[in-house]
Amino acid sequence: MDFQSCVTIQKEWDIVGARQMGRNIAKEIGFGTVDQARIATAISELARNIYLYAGSGEICFERLETIDRKGIGIYAIDKGPGMEEVSRVMEDGFSTSGGLGAGLPGVKRLMDEFDIVSEVGKGTKITVMKWIR
Amino acid sequence: MDRKLKEVVLENSNTIVQMWLEDVNKNRKEDISSTISDELFESTNREFVNVIFACVEKQGLTKDLDAFSERLINLGWPLSYITDGLQSFRRVTIHFILQESEKVDTDNFTVILYAVDEWVDPIINQLVSQYSGSWENIVSLQRVALQELSAPLIPVMENITVMPLIGTIDTERAKLIMENLLDGVIKHNAEVVLIDITGVPVVDTMVAHHIIQAAEAVRLIGSTCILVGIRPEIAQTIVNLGIDLSKFPTKSSLRKGFQTALELTNRKIISLQETDQEIGKLLDSLDKE
Repeated sequence: MDFQSCVTIQKEWDIVGARQMGRNIAKEIGFGTVDQARIATAISELARNIYLYAGSGEICFERLETIDRKGIGIYAIDKGPGMEEVSRVMEDGFSTSGGLGAGLPGVKRLMDEFDIVSEVGKGTKITVMKWIR
Repeated sequence: MDRKLKEVVLENSNTIVQMWLEDVNKNRKEDISSTISDELFESTNREFVNVIFACVEKQGLTKDLDAFSERLINLGWPLSYITDGLQSFRRVTIHFILQESEKVDTDNFTVILYAVDEWVDPIINQLVSQYSGSWENIVSLQRVALQELSAPLIPVMENITVMPLIGTIDTERAKLIMENLLDGVIKHNAEVVLIDITGVPVVDTMVAHHIIQAAEAVRLIGSTCILVGIRPEIAQTIVNLGIDLSKFPTKSSLRKGFQTALELTNRKIISLQETDQEIGKLLDSLDKE
């Protein structure tokens, strides 16, 4: 797939870089402030997951445009350890790091579309999309 | 052989300088440093090439080189100016020597390459390490400055303390916030602490988690923590994320939080004018009698 822009996540401060880029793209597409905050928060969660669990990875952005609507697609890709039970990480309150466990289920609620593919030992790819209403 | 090469270069320094200046000027157009005036560029080039030749002549680094690079760093010239300049010097010098040599075979060529590299490389190393040293210095100074700003605690009045947070919260800063908060509460004997997150751009689960932990710790040492400055869009994302902030009071603005803090410490703000008027009324009613 051809992404328009990507941010490599390796250090904690890369999360901020990804967030700012995502917010700028969202602003350009025409999202309102509340949706910008939602998108920035979702990116923050996804990027932090990469930083915490995979060590390094990428956040990529895509401008989505169909006949009747516009939106943003965000892809979080890593080659980390992967997840054994994808259904468990989507439960509220499940965390392996002592956090709140609201990250991934929260992202799902913040965005319109959510897809997760994870394979143990190979990595994880999370795709989320948000449309302008 | 090396000595001979050096003599050749030094004797013909004028020609080489001319070639070098032409080369540098040609490359300048692609450079971003177009804000620098032509005269300054010209004079800096002259000085640069003099410094290079002084180094070649003395077969080592000179004090002039240090002074020159320090000036460039202070003026904010790009590092690429120096590396490009020296690369160009290498190119020009090798080209010149090859032109002057009567016979060029592989051995000869290698000797020339090595000799010129031996002159240029120490200069490049020295300048690059000075540049990066100055950057590292700046970065570490800024880190210290940021750390000083990262978790300030302001005792506004007796028993009430405010911690205004501005900017991104990372793990290191979250730790500092917790430490400063608890230290400050004990030190200022605060009953109520207001954490103001107006300036925090994004509140994700990690930030929320740290704030909840800090508030819980404050509660354990017997004080109340009020979270203020929650903007509407932040409130919506917090609800979407499903973060439970019901364990401690939250307010939309610092002003409202401060009022709550005053109520909690059994105080209120009274405007002086109103009391004056009330006293006046009282006096008036006394006069009537």
